[in-house]
Amino acid sequence: MAAILAFGRYLPDRILDNAELAQMLNCDAAGIVDSCGIEERRIAAPEESVADLAERASRHCLEKAGVDAGQIGLVILSSGSSERRFPGPASQLAQQLGLAGVPAIDLPFASAGGLFGLALAAQLAPAYGLVLVAAAEKMSGAGLAEPLDRNVAILFGDGAGACVVSSAHGGLEIIDSVLHSDGTYTRDLRLEFTGPVQMSGRSVILQASRRIPAAISEVLGRNGLNQSNVRVFLLHQANSNLTERIAKAMTVPSDRFFSNIRRYGNTSSASLLIAASEWLEQKPPEKGDWACLAAFGAGFHWGAVLVRRA
Amino acid sequence: MNEEMQAKLAAIVRRVSGKEADPDPEESLFDSGYLDSFALVDMVSEIEREFGLKIPDSDLNPRRFDSLNRIAEYLSSRGA
Repeated sequence: MAAILAFGRYLPDRILDNAELAQMLNCDAAGIVDSCGIEERRIAAPEESVADLAERASRHCLEKAGVDAGQIGLVILSSGSSERRFPGPASQLAQQLGLAGVPAIDLPFASAGGLFGLALAAQLAPAYGLVLVAAAEKMSGAGLAEPLDRNVAILFGDGAGACVVSSAHGGLEIIDSVLHSDGTYTRDLRLEFTGPVQMSGRSVILQASRRIPAAISEVLGRNGLNQSNVRVFLLHQANSNLTERIAKAMTVPSDRFFSNIRRYGNTSSASLLIAASEWLEQKPPEKGDWACLAAFGAGFHWGAVLVRRA
Repeated sequence: MNEEMQAKLAAIVRRVSGKEADPDPEESLFDSGYLDSFALVDMVSEIEREFGLKIPDSDLNPRRFDSLNRIAEYLSSRGA
């Protein structure tokens, strides 16, 4: 058993709205909303690194949890948009938090990275003590890189999310998780060291629309639950049209899917933890409430994590 | 493709695309504007319902669903 003590987030101040983006892309601003549900996204400053974004989200999270950084025994950082081949930003994040010497693990994931980090932290917390999970992305540059793909350029924003996981009982308990990967589709969604994100939207949407509901059903089913028992579903914020298809496939009203994609766009691996952070502040669960987090992304990697308010 | 299957598939494409005209059996449903990524999801669900089968995730290659003829070919291989 493990529990989430708090979530945190950081979104850069700079807002890129659809009117400005449409001018850059020479396209229709209203069409952007129709195709993905995004109205604006945040853009990090050029001098802000992925580790910097992660640090800000982590400090917000630690403050929320009432935990001093020095109590952290393990750092996990997911990013698919870090600046270097190696080292990844995890050790830099740890150092910036005053945790030099504490083990720090990079997860070079895209959209499912926050979820995988959370699931791994639940397993590792009994061995390492408090685990800080962060996911940070500077995806806007990758989305707007040449050769420009409008279908990709409209989606991505920058930001970071974080959570602290403890092996103690109480709070938001992590009950179970399921994780899956399938390299068959490696080429369908990828970011090389140069150029923009390359995405076969048809393949990604088709697979995600099936794999996410399946992962949710799997984790609920093996805990004797079904979707009617779950108060809120928190998904990687990829595209509002995808979330609607998933809600329909699961026969769950779409208002039980927390969404903030309108304001932040798709922040890749950071999106799930950012959404969870806002959900916990805006609609805190009551004792006994179930929530299910799920994500799907490049790899393909996907899965679901089941939590309950103790 | 027999006439019954073609009529069923054309009706599904009309429903998910919102278009009134039937697509040509050979033409690409994506290139001709009948389907986008999300309408493809809807179409696959409708095909499963209409033909009473479950299409496994490993068969969900968009190219299989690019035209009425390709869909019919796949469905025939599944015994539909």
